[in-house]
Amino acid sequence: MLDLLQNLPTLTTLAAEGADAAQSAGMTSYEFPGVGKDWMGLIPLMPLISCVLCGLFWFLGVKSKLPAFTTVLFLGVSFVLTVAAYFQIHPEGLVQRVMWFNWLALDTASEGGGLYIDFAFYFDSLTILWMLFVSGLATLIALYASEYMADDKGPGYCRFFFAFSLFVFAMSCLVMGDNLVLLFLGWEGVGLCSYLLIGYYFKKPSAVEAAKKAFIMNRIGDLGLLIGIMMTWTQFGSLEYSEIFSQIADLNASGEEIPWAITIIPYLFMIGAFGKSAQLPLYTWLPDAMEGPTPVSALIHAATMVTAGVYLIARMYPFFVLNPTALAIVAWIGGLTALLAATIGMAQFDIKRIMAYSTVSQLGYMFLGLGVLTSAGGAFHVFTHAFFKATLFLCCGAVMHGFAGQLDLRKLSGVMKMKGWGIVGIAMLVGCINLAGLPFTAGFFSKDMIIAEAFVTPGFGLLGWIALLTAGLTAYYTFRVFFRVFIGPVEYEPGDDHHGAEESQDHHEEEAHDHGHFHPHAPGWAINAVLAILAVASILVAGVYFMGDHGGWAGSMVHDSTAYYESPYAAHDGEAHGSPALFGLDPHKAMYYISGVVALVGILFAWFLHLAGRKTAATSRADALKVKLGPIARAAENKWYVDEIYNAIIRVPLLVASHIFALIDKLIVDGLVDGAGWLPRGVAKGLRPSQNGIFQNYATGMAGGLALLLIIVWAMSMTGGSG
Amino acid sequence: MTTLELTTLAQSGAEALAPITLYHYLFVSAVMFAIGVIGFLSRRNMIIMFLCTEIMFQAAGLALIAFSRLHFNHSGDVFVIIVLTVAAAEAALALGLVVYLFRRKGSLDALQWAQLSG
Repeated sequence: MLDLLQNLPTLTTLAAEGADAAQSAGMTSYEFPGVGKDWMGLIPLMPLISCVLCGLFWFLGVKSKLPAFTTVLFLGVSFVLTVAAYFQIHPEGLVQRVMWFNWLALDTASEGGGLYIDFAFYFDSLTILWMLFVSGLATLIALYASEYMADDKGPGYCRFFFAFSLFVFAMSCLVMGDNLVLLFLGWEGVGLCSYLLIGYYFKKPSAVEAAKKAFIMNRIGDLGLLIGIMMTWTQFGSLEYSEIFSQIADLNASGEEIPWAITIIPYLFMIGAFGKSAQLPLYTWLPDAMEGPTPVSALIHAATMVTAGVYLIARMYPFFVLNPTALAIVAWIGGLTALLAATIGMAQFDIKRIMAYSTVSQLGYMFLGLGVLTSAGGAFHVFTHAFFKATLFLCCGAVMHGFAGQLDLRKLSGVMKMKGWGIVGIAMLVGCINLAGLPFTAGFFSKDMIIAEAFVTPGFGLLGWIALLTAGLTAYYTFRVFFRVFIGPVEYEPGDDHHGAEESQDHHEEEAHDHGHFHPHAPGWAINAVLAILAVASILVAGVYFMGDHGGWAGSMVHDSTAYYESPYAAHDGEAHGSPALFGLDPHKAMYYISGVVALVGILFAWFLHLAGRKTAATSRADALKVKLGPIARAAENKWYVDEIYNAIIRVPLLVASHIFALIDKLIVDGLVDGAGWLPRGVAKGLRPSQNGIFQNYATGMAGGLALLLIIVWAMSMTGGSG
Repeated sequence: MTTLELTTLAQSGAEALAPITLYHYLFVSAVMFAIGVIGFLSRRNMIIMFLCTEIMFQAAGLALIAFSRLHFNHSGDVFVIIVLTVAAAEAALALGLVVYLFRRKGSLDALQWAQLSG
């Protein structure tokens, strides 16, 4: 972080240059959105209808696959509409707005003030870019889940698809919302659905723990976002994107100094983004979130929800370019998270967890991209990552489904060679080469855009090296999984999960409980079809890099939206803006070779350590290396003890403090309240014997009282007489 | 005999012994009241206790009559006559109660009726 401080002067000058560049790039004016076609408003309505129907099926006790096919149908319609909207919006780079209804209208005392929020949707190419993979992947994953969740048919099945559809609706609101309040509604909605779906197996204590952890950690980030939204309201008097962006454009054009309150806003949005997208220091919930069913991990915790943070920063990019320090923090957090998560991922044995750490790591890349002024690179990586990471997760899910919940890479080997697992193996390979960044894959191009930009932006060279190192580690841990689980000698040991036990009972009743005769069941048509489609899509996505004029198709999508920012250091193909060349070549071109070599070296390491000469599933050459590394390997395997450190510095002090406060509450507060009750009781206890029912005692009291009164009167008359 | 003759008789008597002043009446009244109180507090027989209250009544009546005579104001006399009437009615009521209570417990002991204790 020292570098960051040293780089601040450079960054400040960068900001000044950036402002000039922005003015020349035409950011000074902002065009208000036109009125969109009414049918575009149906895109978020479809998942909502599906959600209501699944809720109805749940209520009616439907026990068939009806909820799954309802969800697939409606999400499919939503996807088709999104594609239609793409052709409506993108070719001319339009910005359009579709209104559902007036949502909130709060008048304030001051003249002309007030909070007016419409339930309206904002369409620009950034929205469409996100919605394309959200609705597309959601449709495919719902189809996959129809088979994956088949053992839970009944209330659980309905509940799953209810939350699934609700998630897609919330995500649509988040991405398509026309204002920050609708974004926040979606933001909290996806958080809720994430909680519901991580805790889907709510009888499993670890799943419940993980759901709570995800929910609570996200609340920390959400607080930041909420305060950011409030600050935006106080500064701009509106929460609509079009209003905010036009005001910022005016502010830029006026050349006045930017009020400090506006420069604070990016920090607050950043906290929200780091929470939702699992970045340092709020990343620990995401690996635990793998307790949920695998389709959920693929859709929510790999492809869509976790990219909401990237979306937030991309959408609010005009705020971020005003504050270079904020951008530098985004870049550093992203880069360091990428490295840290990759090192943890290298040492894990649970394949789903490896994928989870890889997601955290790849999200780090996206933030790094945003931080080094290539929002196009960040968005492109989001897009490609969504495809290949969903593929990888769904392959892991197929393995988990077929081997009774077995996820330990030491207990599975050669899965690809087994009968019926070919498609899974090939899809996994496609996902792996993308994630590893082998040349000419989609992951290769999108990652290179980011790394190259890190090298050309002054002050971020070190981050470029970190990103490059991380790319190598990524290639290693990705192929570690592939070499251990999918190829090599055929060997398997089922997990202890009775997931799918019913099915095996039908076929082999006498063997059902005998693991010695366990038969893995190969995936059916739905899983195979989805994996095949996704694998093909992951490969084809690489092609869009060569489309469009502004650094690929994703670049041109970003170019037409407010997320666009012309980096003064951007390296275009062929013409360098006087940017520092890397090894005598244009940085982007140099990066093709460098990162290709790095990826191959990583794969070679994985091959040498985990495939070459491996005789069994459990042992490999890496074991000897692990012994040599000793405590380092152990620490990485234990996730660098981050969870333990968090426990020690946050959870334990909180626990101790709350026990102390509980004691104070019990002794002092409760004591006072109880005392108010005990005091009259105690006094009464002392006085009660006088009421003994013997009326001569009462008479004595009366006579005594009278006598006392007389004595007093007499004494007073005496003193009065003498005075 | 006329009132005048009576007064003369009283005056001659007073000369013979010692004049009976207000303080004598009040003294007798106080003694009667004290006897009543002591009796009321020390005895447990309900009839005796009732009689003691009657004694206290009469003590008060005597004091009133004495003051009434002193001031030549007949309000006191009138008041005592009313008190006597009320006391007579009350005596009938109270003795009826005592009889009733006696029937319930077969005893006149006031301590038998101490159930209303705290």
